[in-house]
Amino acid sequence: MFETITDILFLKDHNTRVVVISVMLLGVSSGIIGAFLLLRKRSLMGDVLSHATLPGIGLAFALMVAMGGTGKSLPGLLLGAAVSGAAGLLLMLAIRSTTRLRDDVAMGFVLSVFFGLGVAVLGMVQKIPGANAAGLESFIYGKTASMVFQDAALIGGVALVVSVVAVLFKKEFTLICFDDGYATSQGWPVVLLDIAMLALVTIVTVIGLQAVGLILIIAFLIIPAAAARFWTHRLDYMLLLAALIGALSGWLGASFSGIFSDLPAGAIIVLVAAAIFIISMFFGTARGVVPRLRDQARLKRRIGRQHLLRAAYEILEQQPGPLANVPVDRASLFAHRSWSPREFRRFLAHARAEDHLETATPDAIRLSESGFGEAARMTRNHRLWELYLIRHADVAPSHVDRDADMVEHILGADLVRQLEDELGDIGNHLPESPHAVQPAAL
Amino acid sequence: MNAMPWTSFDTWIAVTGMLCAVSCAIPGSFLVLRKMSMMGDAISHAVLPGLALAFFATGARDSLPMFVGAAVVGILTALFTQWISKFGQVDRGAAMGIVFTTLFAIGLILIVRAADYVDLDPGCVLYGAIELTPLDMVVLGPFELPRAAIVNGTVLLMNLGIVVLLFKELRLSSFDPALADTLGFSPGFLHYLLMTMVAVTTVAAFESVGSIIVIAMLIVPAATALLITRRLVPVLVIASVVGCASAWLGHYMAIRIPPLFGISDTNSSGMMAFASGLLFTLAWIFAPLEGLLARFFGGRGKAIRPPATTNP
Repeated sequence: MFETITDILFLKDHNTRVVVISVMLLGVSSGIIGAFLLLRKRSLMGDVLSHATLPGIGLAFALMVAMGGTGKSLPGLLLGAAVSGAAGLLLMLAIRSTTRLRDDVAMGFVLSVFFGLGVAVLGMVQKIPGANAAGLESFIYGKTASMVFQDAALIGGVALVVSVVAVLFKKEFTLICFDDGYATSQGWPVVLLDIAMLALVTIVTVIGLQAVGLILIIAFLIIPAAAARFWTHRLDYMLLLAALIGALSGWLGASFSGIFSDLPAGAIIVLVAAAIFIISMFFGTARGVVPRLRDQARLKRRIGRQHLLRAAYEILEQQPGPLANVPVDRASLFAHRSWSPREFRRFLAHARAEDHLETATPDAIRLSESGFGEAARMTRNHRLWELYLIRHADVAPSHVDRDADMVEHILGADLVRQLEDELGDIGNHLPESPHAVQPAAL
Repeated sequence: MNAMPWTSFDTWIAVTGMLCAVSCAIPGSFLVLRKMSMMGDAISHAVLPGLALAFFATGARDSLPMFVGAAVVGILTALFTQWISKFGQVDRGAAMGIVFTTLFAIGLILIVRAADYVDLDPGCVLYGAIELTPLDMVVLGPFELPRAAIVNGTVLLMNLGIVVLLFKELRLSSFDPALADTLGFSPGFLHYLLMTMVAVTTVAAFESVGSIIVIAMLIVPAATALLITRRLVPVLVIASVVGCASAWLGHYMAIRIPPLFGISDTNSSGMMAFASGLLFTLAWIFAPLEGLLARFFGGRGKAIRPPATTNP
């Protein structure tokens, strides 16, 4: 059993090798082109085009029968599919540019109307006397496992060409993905570029549809790109990653389907890609859910701790006599700001963990050396921002406290220096609060 | 070959199609307004595992468990799409695509497993047969109606009821979700209600008449109406009328066009979808304010031209 698995994974068998390599190449090209589609918010284009090919397939069959053939010639059907896909995408772009309807409506329109027409045409074609249209519909289901060398070579070659063209047009595609208005104003032929991009999608879809089936090609154009987006903010890396994820799901999926040979290969590849997507969605370093939640929690903790320190500092300021780091009563600290008892305990624990304060007596805490410095810095940032708002933004002194509350945590050294220059007369002092500092309502 | 005469069969097919078209056009208008036009297509693919699981659970191809299974998975499709686009910050179209391809793949695998026991063909899920509806008549009081007409009529009444009852809330949350939230109409609740409506409508319709017509009628009549007007009530009315007209015209074309090529007839659902596309094209060209003709002949310029009243 183990032998078989390694044999399949490492492509020992010639047949598997052909299938796996062509599926991987298809994954690479649809990953790359899918990344552009995702950024252009047209991920479902593969879905639209694969449905829009149907009338072309039916009409091509009817035409070939009328010319005296069997109608089952693969190049003829592919050409019909490509022509009708292209007609669909042109119609979509025309709706998009001459009405106020948005992309999703234009896409849904083309999908449903072309698919309806296709079903109607197939309904007629199947009743053509003397022609055998049976199995024409299965054209759209694909047959990964039974792929022969010629099919694989065709798919691999086309996928390679599409990938190269997409990479060559990277600059132009990037431009229309991120800012098509700017591209228009700079004189770029946005519509032509759109057509070029979607033409590549059409080629990938038509080739993939026939080879691996409807559902897999739709998934290949969406999932690798969406998964790659979680790991990076840079387009180059995203393209590379999308291509890799496409290839990886093709390799693993096609290999698995070699092991579980009774299951449809396309479906297994989709599930492998979906698994990679779920992992990426949770753990992707750039936009994943877990890193994002962790960063948010970290920020929230820091803000809470810094508020606690500033509250302690403000209480120390109100003590009679010169400023000294004496123990602060827990009760008055709690009353200084509106927080829940639980929050308060949590922030105290965080501050203690950071060595910013220590327990002086059971009822009081004392700031540590570093805690006192941090508290003074926070209070100073807070007041600098308050003064800035009062002097330069004409905000009433009684209204600046809350704004400064948000900003104090994110003032970097540069900004603080700019504020000092802007305010002029502050120097290195810690200015007094421009408004009365008083405990929150009890 | 001569065209066959229009019979009561044809009337029933067209009427069933019209009921289905209107029951789709109503939630469809809201979907289009919320930039979720592709939801019908997504649900129609995604329900496959629901059908397979219902079959596994009951061991039979009864329509009620199948309906429940499909409707549940349809609602799950909307939920998963919402979660992925919200928590993962993924574009909604992409999220929809990820969900439905994955569910469809799971469904395919389940069906291949089930195929050892029974013939559960994915094709029959996608292509319901509106042509066969008059063969399945149900006696209801003094009338004898096709079962599909009753199913779609019930769904239509349900959708109408929900829209009439919650009209204000649906309108507000479609156009200004933030304001709706402030005023206390939970946009989340309305969103899921709408999604449930779409899922139930879609599943009921394609169980009885096929999915092609559903996908088209959710989008095209609403899009046509939006070319003509921008006000919600007229949009709903025009969309319903366009839906009815496409159903009738579609069936008419399905039995009248093929004879021109010497073929008896063709798939009515497909033609109904195509007919809605033709009506959309008419509106696209002739719409009074935004049609291609109005734009070409300066329709947009009229508003800023000074009134020509001073000339004698």
